[in-house]
Amino acid sequence: MINNLIFKKPNVNNLKQYVSIGLLFLTFSFLDVFLNSLFKINLTSALPGFISFFLPLIIGFIGFYLIRIEHTGNVFLDTANKKINLTPFNSVLTLLSIFVLVKYIPLLLNWLIFEANISGTTKEDCTGNGACWVFIKVWIKRFMYGMYPNAEQWRINTAFLILFVTVGSAFFIPEKYKKYLISFSILGLPLIAFILIYFLISGGFFGLEWVETGAWGGLSLTFIVSFFALIFCFPIGVFLALGRRSDLPAIKYSSIGFIEFWRGVPLITVLFMSAVMFPMFLPDGVYMDKLIRAIIAITLFEAAYMAEVVRGGLQALPRGQYDAAKSLGLGYWRMNFLVILPQALKLVIPGIANTFLALVKDTPLIYVVGLLELVGMIGLGKTNPKWLGMATEGYVFAGVVFWVICFSMSRYSQKLEKELSTER
Amino acid sequence: MNSKKIKNYLPQILTLLTIILIFGFFTFNAQINMDNRGIDFGFGFLKQEASFDIQFSLIEYSGTDTYFRAYLVGLINTLLVSVIGIFFCTIIGVIVGIARLSPNYLVEKLATIWVEFFRNIPLLLQLFFWYYAALRALPLPKDAVNFFDISYLSVKGWYIPKFVWTNFSIFFYSVIVAAISIFFIYRFAKKQREETGKYVPAFLLSFLTIIIVPALTFLIAGVSLSFEYPVLSQMTKTIFNFKGGVGIPPELMALALALSLYTSTFIAENVRAGIMGVGKGQKEAAASIGLTTGQILKLVVMPQALRIIIPPTTNQYLNLTKNSSLAAAIAYPDLVLVFAGTAMMQTGRAIEIISITMLTYLTISLSISALMNWYNKKVAIKEK
Repeated sequence: MINNLIFKKPNVNNLKQYVSIGLLFLTFSFLDVFLNSLFKINLTSALPGFISFFLPLIIGFIGFYLIRIEHTGNVFLDTANKKINLTPFNSVLTLLSIFVLVKYIPLLLNWLIFEANISGTTKEDCTGNGACWVFIKVWIKRFMYGMYPNAEQWRINTAFLILFVTVGSAFFIPEKYKKYLISFSILGLPLIAFILIYFLISGGFFGLEWVETGAWGGLSLTFIVSFFALIFCFPIGVFLALGRRSDLPAIKYSSIGFIEFWRGVPLITVLFMSAVMFPMFLPDGVYMDKLIRAIIAITLFEAAYMAEVVRGGLQALPRGQYDAAKSLGLGYWRMNFLVILPQALKLVIPGIANTFLALVKDTPLIYVVGLLELVGMIGLGKTNPKWLGMATEGYVFAGVVFWVICFSMSRYSQKLEKELSTER
Repeated sequence: MNSKKIKNYLPQILTLLTIILIFGFFTFNAQINMDNRGIDFGFGFLKQEASFDIQFSLIEYSGTDTYFRAYLVGLINTLLVSVIGIFFCTIIGVIVGIARLSPNYLVEKLATIWVEFFRNIPLLLQLFFWYYAALRALPLPKDAVNFFDISYLSVKGWYIPKFVWTNFSIFFYSVIVAAISIFFIYRFAKKQREETGKYVPAFLLSFLTIIIVPALTFLIAGVSLSFEYPVLSQMTKTIFNFKGGVGIPPELMALALALSLYTSTFIAENVRAGIMGVGKGQKEAAASIGLTTGQILKLVVMPQALRIIIPPTTNQYLNLTKNSSLAAAIAYPDLVLVFAGTAMMQTGRAIEIISITMLTYLTISLSISALMNWYNKKVAIKEK
């Protein structure tokens, strides 16, 4: 019996013995790592340090070797073998992944939740070893609205709510009017948004107190900047892409020059330019608000990237599409807007989504012109003398917020890509 | 015919006119503004004394050097962090990209989480996290993390041994000679294989060359190498820091970490797309003519996958180089901080300095793009 176990390769005939011994080995291996990381107990402290360190891996490896039996008929075992235990190398990778998870997830959860503090109003209320979410709780209004006066914050909320409802209602309009949707989102939406921002958020009319743009900030500013840059960079990018593919040399080369210039420089220098160089280009006495300057800078910058994405789509279309459109007697604009672009844009939805994502991720850079959106406000909060040492909490919070925004955007684009795909 | 001519020329003339008008308007205003402030346009200031210090520099620099020297320091620092970032992001990116195609469920999921995690958080935020949160949590120099008594990691930075060379230039030239001879070895090996079918162990030969030729210089040409180790020393009663060795400042570490982790996700996606882009038929065809797994990977899959991988990856390298300008946010003295920041504040020459900075980045980008286009044309599949 013992001889059988040692000298025979694991196979279906002695399945039960091997699987039970293998699982025993595996359990021991995980238990060792788990106890070690959570309770600092070392089961194998009797052994020399080096062996003790690698023992879970060795034991786990043997365990996985013993249960690597093909065609057992046991669904669970077969699936497990196929997914995580295909070859010896594979099982080592599995073990290492599991060890990493077992070791760090409890630590992470402890810091994030179990040992974290949320009640209280000052830094001194944070007594645990974990995160001090009091910081976020106390500063949340600053993180959301920047230096916007507390009493006036309903104006930002209202503006965003109206905008949200407008955009959201676009999903529910009847099929008949759907064709006007694009022209609405290019012309109507920016107009509505601008009116809202100018009259409601900026104020100064109808008895609303005027709030200068320097006081705007936090996540709402992230949204404002991304929203405008997003809306404007798309049409500009499309025109630039068409310009780059134009037969007219003057238009072609000026488009190429424009695109390559913006793509060749980092955004931070563009913002520097808008902050210190651009005012020199304006007539004396003319002043342009720094928020508008920042939005223009980001828009032009991202439009160049958008143009290259759209150009990729235009190039991917077969010539036949152009020829067919021309043979129908369509002119340049009608050919492009009715035949070419709808197909080309559909092809490059992932690219467009990536550009939009890059845009949202680039907004924190507006700190260069002195505007503090979410990341900037956290920088301000962590340097407050009463809240020193809160950088980790602040940046983790901002990271989660940005991650949720960007991840949902990329998921939505994937969904859109699938929905609009005409390939079978 | 005539109307077609108008259709052709009118838009072009209008475009050019608009561009000229805008530029003219800007130049005109800039002229007036500069006259009002009593500055004249010119690059003479580059020869003036910079009179500010730079914390970290690879070439010798002091406050008495010129603005041009300061510009060089910034440029070299930018290139340094870009090269470090490119090196690590490639390694991590390739590993993660291959892991995403792993048959192992756990490894594949971990790689996916890695990509989705680091890709969807703004780079600036990651940079701040590493610099202000993670690296600030390191111990003080007094109880620094000790790596075998030769290297120390503390909140003041990472101290590593310094290489002290004698006759370094001879060693350097020998490495170049070795590199050139490897190039010829490979060419010779390829020629032999194509003409006579003989197999020349090119890899082994070049490996020996790169080891033996530089090693010879130690024996013959009097090259020697010793190490200067960092030593903990007491500055004042309570302040300790390391002396000797090379100190890698935390700014550089944070920047390299953020850049390589962020960019690695994009490279991983490129690698994955490249490997997936090689048709299954190719592998099966290669296997059916009797190639081994290693040969299939080396001779069939990789050459085709690289054709897909390299262009977007170069783009990512360019992005990384441009993103390294975020250094200014954590006071790592790169081109933007040194030149567009400090030098501009001191001289007030916004137009000249921002133009030089932008032109520098533009030159780097455009030259690499040109190289890329040339490469793309070379490796493109020649279709009939």
